[in-house]
Amino acid sequence: MRIINLIKHDRGGQLFLSVLALATVLIPLLNLLLPEGHPLHISTYTVTLLGKYLAFALLAIAVDLAWGYLGILSLGHGAFFALGGYAMGMYLMRQIGDRGVYGDPLLPDFMVFLNWDALPWFWYGFDMFWFAILMVMVAPGLLAFVFGWLAFRSRVTGVYLSIMTQALTYALMLAFFRNEMGFGGNNGLTDFKELLGFNLQADSTRIGLFIVTALMLALGYIICRAIVTSRLGRVAVAVRDAEDRTRFIGYRVEHVKLAIFTFSAVLAGIAGALYVPQVGIINPGEFSPLNSIEMVIWVAVGGRGTLYGAAVGALMVNYGKTYLTGALPEVWLFALGALFVLVTILLPKGVIGLMKRKEAQS
Amino acid sequence: MNSLDNLREVMRRDRVFDFMLQTTGLEVDLSHGTILYLEDISVSFDGFKAINDLNLYIDAGELRCIIGPNGAGKTTMMDIITGKTRPDKGSAFFGQNINLMQLSEPEIAQAGIGRKFQKPTVFESHTVFENLELSMAGDKRIWPTLTAQLNGIQRDKIDEVLEIIALQEQRNLYAGALSHGQKQWLEIGMLLMQSPKLLLVDEPVAGMTHQEMDRTAELLTSLAGTHTVVVVEHDMDFVRSIARKVTVLHQGSVLAEGSMDEVQADPRVIEVYLGE
Repeated sequence: MRIINLIKHDRGGQLFLSVLALATVLIPLLNLLLPEGHPLHISTYTVTLLGKYLAFALLAIAVDLAWGYLGILSLGHGAFFALGGYAMGMYLMRQIGDRGVYGDPLLPDFMVFLNWDALPWFWYGFDMFWFAILMVMVAPGLLAFVFGWLAFRSRVTGVYLSIMTQALTYALMLAFFRNEMGFGGNNGLTDFKELLGFNLQADSTRIGLFIVTALMLALGYIICRAIVTSRLGRVAVAVRDAEDRTRFIGYRVEHVKLAIFTFSAVLAGIAGALYVPQVGIINPGEFSPLNSIEMVIWVAVGGRGTLYGAAVGALMVNYGKTYLTGALPEVWLFALGALFVLVTILLPKGVIGLMKRKEAQS
Repeated sequence: MNSLDNLREVMRRDRVFDFMLQTTGLEVDLSHGTILYLEDISVSFDGFKAINDLNLYIDAGELRCIIGPNGAGKTTMMDIITGKTRPDKGSAFFGQNINLMQLSEPEIAQAGIGRKFQKPTVFESHTVFENLELSMAGDKRIWPTLTAQLNGIQRDKIDEVLEIIALQEQRNLYAGALSHGQKQWLEIGMLLMQSPKLLLVDEPVAGMTHQEMDRTAELLTSLAGTHTVVVVEHDMDFVRSIARKVTVLHQGSVLAEGSMDEVQADPRVIEVYLGE
């Protein structure tokens, strides 16, 4: 009942959730029921690709919550995404067991390769799925909490904060590139075999992952929607528009920022954990500042401050990326840059803003 | 005093340590009839003394106007009272019991001091109603804010304030769409929603038309008595229309205090305002 109330006045959200529900049902059916070669058949490769996009859409919603509603332009959400991904990757590595190239029952291949003789302490517990899932949320959440506590308390805002988040993800990338860190260095974590006993190469597992990702995206959307329609959500917008005023009517601005920023980071971590089993690898490249900037562009293209707009933007830009990096690989980065410039100048409210304007005119 | 005496002092059974005293969430004590004490306050920015040994007392329920030439330290004084600026020395007490030096801005707001900025600052992408809702006194921690629902009493309170500031018809309008004067009133309304004991109002009529000014004067005088109102203003006609007691600030300290006529007749004030 409360869920219905949440999206009662949210037409875009209704549409988004309906399309998502339809896709969640239809795409697996088209994959499973129709024979290969049928014009409407969707290949498992495509299903996994779409699953990846949906994980990105969840990430975009997390970015929009922080940027569109709280006014924190985070250029480091890739760090939270990657940390969630690494936590999931560590679980998947432990599941390989003795099926690795070196056949060590305990140590992942890269540790054997580095001549390590024992599992580092921070790898303990990752053989248990519940612990890994807990870490998927705790690791990015804790990083965001500590970072935010220091930054917001010192009243660092605006572009300075953005630069700091960028530096944060860059520093983590450099750290994770080092073999001594114990996260597989340059190569990252890969060669995964199974998740909860399901073979990751099997079509059924891939479809299952797609459905789980779609459900998490819907759940993430609804929770974010609940936050932004609550009084806390209105306080967040108040902080975005007039921080001093909010402070002088008695809200602890830094606590509001910290709570929402940390939640946003947890959501990004969950997106990362959904992404890794579908692409089969996580490496330090995910921490690269470019990735975090791309996320911001997804949100800008879709239209910030609407949540579903961010998800739509993520889907559109990633589809464009898949297409362009296949057809014209050299052009992609220029296209991305041009897209950002054009959207900023011509569509300050993104594609969703454009559609709303069209609707208002007609 | 040797260390044994020190120890004895510490161990005294009737001793109450400063850090044990409750500093937040106190109800302001007005038993002596004075709501604000500013004593020996000085603050300097890069060697420039913005406030210089300022002593100011405000009685509970009065409407006080503070005037002074540019750079007299009027806004800095408000910054000190609301916790935005920490003075180099001196003390600031709210009532008998609340030491403003120890509190942060939100804590001071919760204690019952509301502030209107020089430039009207409202939440432009919220409606007038939502602006008032957010300003309402209450538990403003994260979780209670997340789960907050408006009840009937609170709605009535918002309606009441909407009536005081004459914005009933604009209640569902975005605050960004209001005129300059309406924004000023909305900001005063937001202060009222906090149920403050003390209202600090910085230049409420800047940029207002004459009708709007009259309306604002009416509003502020009607608030005095139930609230204590401190108005900082440049416009002398406006000050004359509302003031009972005027304080003149000059170079960071009090130059003169009294009724508007007394103050205007004071030769030092004339000199400051008109020059030699």
